[in-house]
Amino acid sequence: MIWDWSFTLEILPVLAHAAIVSVEATLIGFVLAATLGLVLAVVRIAVPWTGWTISVLVELIRSTPLLIQIFFIYFVFPKFGLVLDAFTAGVLAIGIHYAAYCSEVYRAGFDNIHRGQWEASIALNLSAWTTFRDIIIPQAIPPIVPALGNYLVALFKETPLLSAIAVMELMQTAKIIGSDTFRYTEPITLVGLFFLAMSLVSAALIRALERLLNRRTMR
Amino acid sequence: MGIGTLVAMLAAALAVIGVLATQQAYSLFLPGLLQGAVLTIEIAILGSLLAVIMGVLAALARLYGPAPLRWLATVYVEIFRGTSALVQLFWLFFVLPQFGVTLNAFLVAVVALGLNVGAYGSEVVRGAILSVARGQWEACTALNMSRAQMLRRVILPQAVVAMIPPWGNLFIELLKSTSLVSLITLADLAFKAQQMNQNTFKTIPIFTLVLLMYLVMSLVLTIGMRLLERRASAGLARGKAA
Amino acid sequence: MTEQPMVRFENVSKRYGALTVLDELNLEIARGEKVSVIGPSGSGKTTVLRMLMTLETINDGVIWVEGEPLTHMKKNGKLVPADLAHIRRIRAKIGMVFQSFNLFPHMTAMANCIEAPMTVLGMKRTEAEARAAELLDLVGLSQKKDHYPSQLSGGQQQRVAIARALAMRPKIMLFDEVTSALDPELVGEVLQVIRQIGREHDLTMLMVTHQMGFAKEFSDRVCFFYQGKICEQGPPGELFGAPKNERTRQFLHAVLEAG
Repeated sequence: MIWDWSFTLEILPVLAHAAIVSVEATLIGFVLAATLGLVLAVVRIAVPWTGWTISVLVELIRSTPLLIQIFFIYFVFPKFGLVLDAFTAGVLAIGIHYAAYCSEVYRAGFDNIHRGQWEASIALNLSAWTTFRDIIIPQAIPPIVPALGNYLVALFKETPLLSAIAVMELMQTAKIIGSDTFRYTEPITLVGLFFLAMSLVSAALIRALERLLNRRTMR
Repeated sequence: MGIGTLVAMLAAALAVIGVLATQQAYSLFLPGLLQGAVLTIEIAILGSLLAVIMGVLAALARLYGPAPLRWLATVYVEIFRGTSALVQLFWLFFVLPQFGVTLNAFLVAVVALGLNVGAYGSEVVRGAILSVARGQWEACTALNMSRAQMLRRVILPQAVVAMIPPWGNLFIELLKSTSLVSLITLADLAFKAQQMNQNTFKTIPIFTLVLLMYLVMSLVLTIGMRLLERRASAGLARGKAA
Repeated sequence: MTEQPMVRFENVSKRYGALTVLDELNLEIARGEKVSVIGPSGSGKTTVLRMLMTLETINDGVIWVEGEPLTHMKKNGKLVPADLAHIRRIRAKIGMVFQSFNLFPHMTAMANCIEAPMTVLGMKRTEAEARAAELLDLVGLSQKKDHYPSQLSGGQQQRVAIARALAMRPKIMLFDEVTSALDPELVGEVLQVIRQIGREHDLTMLMVTHQMGFAKEFSDRVCFFYQGKICEQGPPGELFGAPKNERTRQFLHAVLEAG
């Protein structure tokens, strides 16, 4: 028989447990990406001479594979005295990688703020910090939430790469089950179905969010 | 980022590799890594080719195909966009043989990456076709063209220009994804890096070179697509003027 | 000793590349004086306001506010370009109302008026709200304090913008074509508010306007700008009644013809 249901039921709890690790990696990685990306985008505006440096940095990060960046942080950082466990190194790499993408999204959001908003802030003598916190960010973020959401989903789908440095997330767990039992069909298919389900649900959520935001801006 | 800056970055990356190549600690690894890079490039090119074919076919099927074909194309796109590339790679490598279909690792790599990126590409193609102005379709209808003639002679040539930048991004994604094939035993650049690292523990020179080599490949691809984009849009502008 | 002028432009020039927008401008505005700036588009009149609000940098010259340099600061007896802290200290004396209102769309009328007093002046919320309520009442919008800008008409938005600027207690108010973006029937309510604050507050006002009637009735002095220079200036009666310069005559003729 190609598909063994009793085997499926047996491995489901193990995979469910691993799924928690995948989701944790996703959430921590995304918080890192969203925060660092925002910092990059803000610094770029607040300190104009950094613009070129940040562009090059973003291009460098986006031009090289995440897998190699994961290896780099996991294997090269210890040579400089920074030893990280596999989960931390992997999540850090994912966070930095997606920060580069997120910073471009924020940048687009800031570019869409009308110049008059900056000018009114100057005329009211607001500090740069207050201008960002109270005027620019509250207007710039809502329209880009769907784009950030898409990156959250993309990031989630890259967490299987953590298996390359033996983080016990879904893919690694499925592989171990496979090599222990010589049955790959069920574990790997289940992992695929899990990602598919999560992606379809998130896509629907993002679409709903988009509609909600459109309605709000119509006000 | 401007094409000038990209070229400058490419020159800088090549210069750094050149300087490092004069150091024995680095030059030692170059031949092996270059060998890996050749495989990386092969997979990237064949995968991109498959991605374009699948992208166009799936887009046309979803837009104009009969219901079963439309349904099939939608399922394809959703599955390959909804699961992750590594899962697809492993599924084709480990699970497909259980159904009696055994592909060698190289073929698995090309098929998995091509199908994965092709699914994203179909959205690009579909969007570009839909963005061609309605007036163009109406003009074709008025000229009594068949649907295939409309697509081939009028719509696609215009849609192609809009497709170039997003396809450029997809090709970059595919190039970067080739590093995943190292996890199914293919000796690409990433695999060579891992292997040499395990044998020598010369982590810094190995991964520095590997990052630079991927950077060079990405930049060449980005610059190439930019030039193509420039030529194509210049062609369209000339067409408009005439 | 004569009193310091409120604002003094001293040989101020502004260039964009090869284009000279303002050419060695010299202009003094006295405390409490109401000055209207008129002129064809591209004459540099809006640039004058934008430089004073520090929205534009200047290429040459010095701008003085109450005897202190705005664009520069004194260091070892010499004038050097000002740092941000200095600019912010002097800028606190100036408020501006824009052609396109530039209200913060995600804040109610009230929130628009208390944002800067709370974050810049460090006022307590209750104090800032009390002051803002007074000002919204002054501009006739106490009923609309919880409305968002998109729920207000253009005239109402512009009146909120005036209240917002006044909430910072400026000594100098700049009005940059504040009625140009309004439908004609809404112009009157905004001008009425400006008239009123001109009467009730001890404010120095500098306004760029296309409303010749208002400039004539309201201002102490009118400056006619042409190609980056003050071509002619004087009391409104003189400038509108008997312009000396040919360019002024042509401009007024064209504007009144159209109006």
